[in-house]
Amino acid sequence: MKAILAAVLGLALALPAAAGVTIDAFKTDSGLTVWHVEETSIPFVALELRFKGGASLDAEGKRGAVNLMTALIEEGAGSLDARAFAKARDGLAASFSYSVSDDTLSVSARFLSENRAEALALLRESLTAPRFDQDAVDRVRAQVVSGIRSDEKDPNAMARQAFDLRVYGAHPYGSDKSGTLDSVTALTREDILAAFRSTVARDRLYISVVGDISRQELGPVLDTLLADLPETGAPLPPVAAPAFDGQTVVIPFETPQSVAMFGQPGIPFDHPDYFAAYLLNVVLGGGGFESRLMQEVREKRGLTYGVYSYLVGKDGADVWLGSVQSANNRIHEAMEVIKAEWARMQTEGVTEKELKDAKLYLTGAYPLRFDGNGPIADILVGMQIEDMGTDYIATRNDRVNAVTLEQINRVARDYLKPEQLSFTVVGQPKGL
Amino acid sequence: MRALLLSLATSLALAAPAKADIRDAVTSFTLDNGMDVVVIQDSRAPVVTHMVWYRAGSADEWPGTSGVAHFLEHLLFKGTDTLAPGELSATVARNGGTDNAFTSYDYTAYFQRVAADRLELMMRLESDRMVNVRLSEEDILTEREVIIEERNQRIENSPGALFREQKNAAQYLNHRYGVPVIGWRHEMVTLDLDAALAYYKRFYAPNNAILVVAGDVTPEAVRALAEQYYGVLEPNPELSERARPAEPPQTAERRMIFRDARVAQPYVSRSYLAPERDVGAQREAAALTLLAELLGGGTTSYFAERLQFESQKAVYTAAFYNGESLDDTDFTVLVVPADGVTLPEAEAAMDEAIESFLAKPIDTEALARIKMQIRAAQIYARDNVNSLANDYGSALASGLTVADVHDWPEVLASITPDEIIAAAKSVFNLDRSVTGYLMKEKGDAS
Repeated sequence: MKAILAAVLGLALALPAAAGVTIDAFKTDSGLTVWHVEETSIPFVALELRFKGGASLDAEGKRGAVNLMTALIEEGAGSLDARAFAKARDGLAASFSYSVSDDTLSVSARFLSENRAEALALLRESLTAPRFDQDAVDRVRAQVVSGIRSDEKDPNAMARQAFDLRVYGAHPYGSDKSGTLDSVTALTREDILAAFRSTVARDRLYISVVGDISRQELGPVLDTLLADLPETGAPLPPVAAPAFDGQTVVIPFETPQSVAMFGQPGIPFDHPDYFAAYLLNVVLGGGGFESRLMQEVREKRGLTYGVYSYLVGKDGADVWLGSVQSANNRIHEAMEVIKAEWARMQTEGVTEKELKDAKLYLTGAYPLRFDGNGPIADILVGMQIEDMGTDYIATRNDRVNAVTLEQINRVARDYLKPEQLSFTVVGQPKGL
Repeated sequence: MRALLLSLATSLALAAPAKADIRDAVTSFTLDNGMDVVVIQDSRAPVVTHMVWYRAGSADEWPGTSGVAHFLEHLLFKGTDTLAPGELSATVARNGGTDNAFTSYDYTAYFQRVAADRLELMMRLESDRMVNVRLSEEDILTEREVIIEERNQRIENSPGALFREQKNAAQYLNHRYGVPVIGWRHEMVTLDLDAALAYYKRFYAPNNAILVVAGDVTPEAVRALAEQYYGVLEPNPELSERARPAEPPQTAERRMIFRDARVAQPYVSRSYLAPERDVGAQREAAALTLLAELLGGGTTSYFAERLQFESQKAVYTAAFYNGESLDDTDFTVLVVPADGVTLPEAEAAMDEAIESFLAKPIDTEALARIKMQIRAAQIYARDNVNSLANDYGSALASGLTVADVHDWPEVLASITPDEIIAAAKSVFNLDRSVTGYLMKEKGDAS
């Protein structure tokens, strides 16, 4: 029975499905570049706008301004105050989400075909005439302050923030985008307006649209939506210089389970060794139960519910990070196992079978991402920010498959730095 | 990540999809051995979601074995007569798929997302572990450490989670909804092979399972494969009606205070016992669903209007109700006070808001907006076939039928203001409530 089953499993390893997405990239009359996929089977549109820069554009001494401003975009625009704006949006059953990360400010909109013009007009108001009323500033500020206070006693947030500060220092990446209690309390309406002018501009804008709209309709729609945005914003921040000292820092906090963040230098997406490093990370700690870290820390020893490693590409600051949580009396052992696996991977590399399995996983899973208007719009705007061509989707699996055992193991030797692997632990860890 | 569904909160996004279109896309049938099958067609991407739901969750556990439903869910990745531990997930990964499982009060579900041409392999693997699991003492002990770390991560490290656990225990005196899905720690550490296998033998059988396949498939092909892999399994004749210990009538208001030095943001929340959706009888649950939206469903809700915009006594307010439950459930309201507002003041403001809501006619414009969003949610829902699979699976495992799922949007749309007020007056009874304060340590100003 076992042999028969194995044979069947072997047969199933056929070629992966292809992602069936046809991207129509074009320029509108006013010169905006758009990646568009027309998909008419469901009567709605997913629109993604992304402005490069994000929370890292906070002015000196104004940490948290971009974050608070982003939360305020939907709190009233044009002739509508916060409540009137929300009622208008809900009445159209449109969804507008405004969010900010270190490097981007994102606007994700979904709206029905049946009231598309009204929804777009409302979205346009928020992007071109946000009110930033003082009462809204104060009300939303109180929510942000509540979140900052919660983070101060949340071991996960504490670990993340302490780790970022160690690694990035004074660069904006080194502090939380929400700001501090002091910096947020001091922000004025003028600061919010300045933050808006810094971040929301056409020279840093990327656009994707997926759904029930044709190219002929879309061009004029976008030109109208975005015509009144300013041409330029603030200059992008200087490149960060992440530093990893290889030490373990403990932040004492009374809680039963310790939370650890760890990391070392990473590798940029446009580097020829990137896909080798990506595959290497899949084998080391990339998500699945099969990774070496999950096998050694969770499956064999039961030391944690989850342990992961991941490559993070921030603008100019690529890092290789990981996280684990274990009871205070077991975190020490979990960290020893992680360090040992990191070092073993550096010296021994991966096996031919591990490389093959990781390729099968990555190439097979890739088409699964393209499974809805919303997800596709999100992928397409991300591709533009990463400066990928529209042909990337068709060639991406070839790049994965082109990685050889020799290359991945050279990358393991050259890029894994067990001596630089730095840990920040929040809790009451024993034996550290 | 072999995870738990702990949240009882829901939103309109869970409203079922569009009538005309979704009914055309959904096919359901039952195999000869009693296994239910739901097929949802969406050929936009060459992908399939394959799920098996068991009508058994933590509320079906025997006393003294809390957490065993979830523990068994972990152990189902530990191998069968023909698969080594971990081989199932490794096989799915080698096929470019992802797999996982989750446990709730009323169900346990296993799923894979994979290229549509691998569906047969998924059925082979999933049907195998429905009946052929093989476990060793060593697997048991290591995995028990894992679920205890999971409890540490989800519950022990979070004062909010500990508070909700205590509050749930206070709400349900007799029903197993008062016991956490992940289990009480003192019982988790005693879970053994016998407990896991007893649960498995009792509940894991085709006549207690629902197969949901969603994506680029045809009902005919799914039926043929389902008959081949699941249809050949023996039903369990011992399975009986799901009758769990019921709550006695609650006749006294319950109050509790949970203090923890790690609390940064105190809040007050109150749950009321409430009816759930029943087969062919969903109107009261629909009225409560709309009530939760009107009262605490975001920026335009009554609570937000009164407590966040007008009196500014709260930084956040909410109301939650999820009618998808096998037995009586709860309706929860919550207020996070603004700086300088004490919890008793926040509670008084919340009560005042509930009273004034009941005293006035329903805001018909607000109701119209919510009904518009319900209609739109059916359109948006079709963009995510994975969550459609979840909607059908969880509804059927919670005792509803495919017809109930399809009727639900129309039932919601047909609810009148009078029905909402009647449902509100019936549910807002302090004698059927638990009020909880989440607070900092004594001496703190909150």
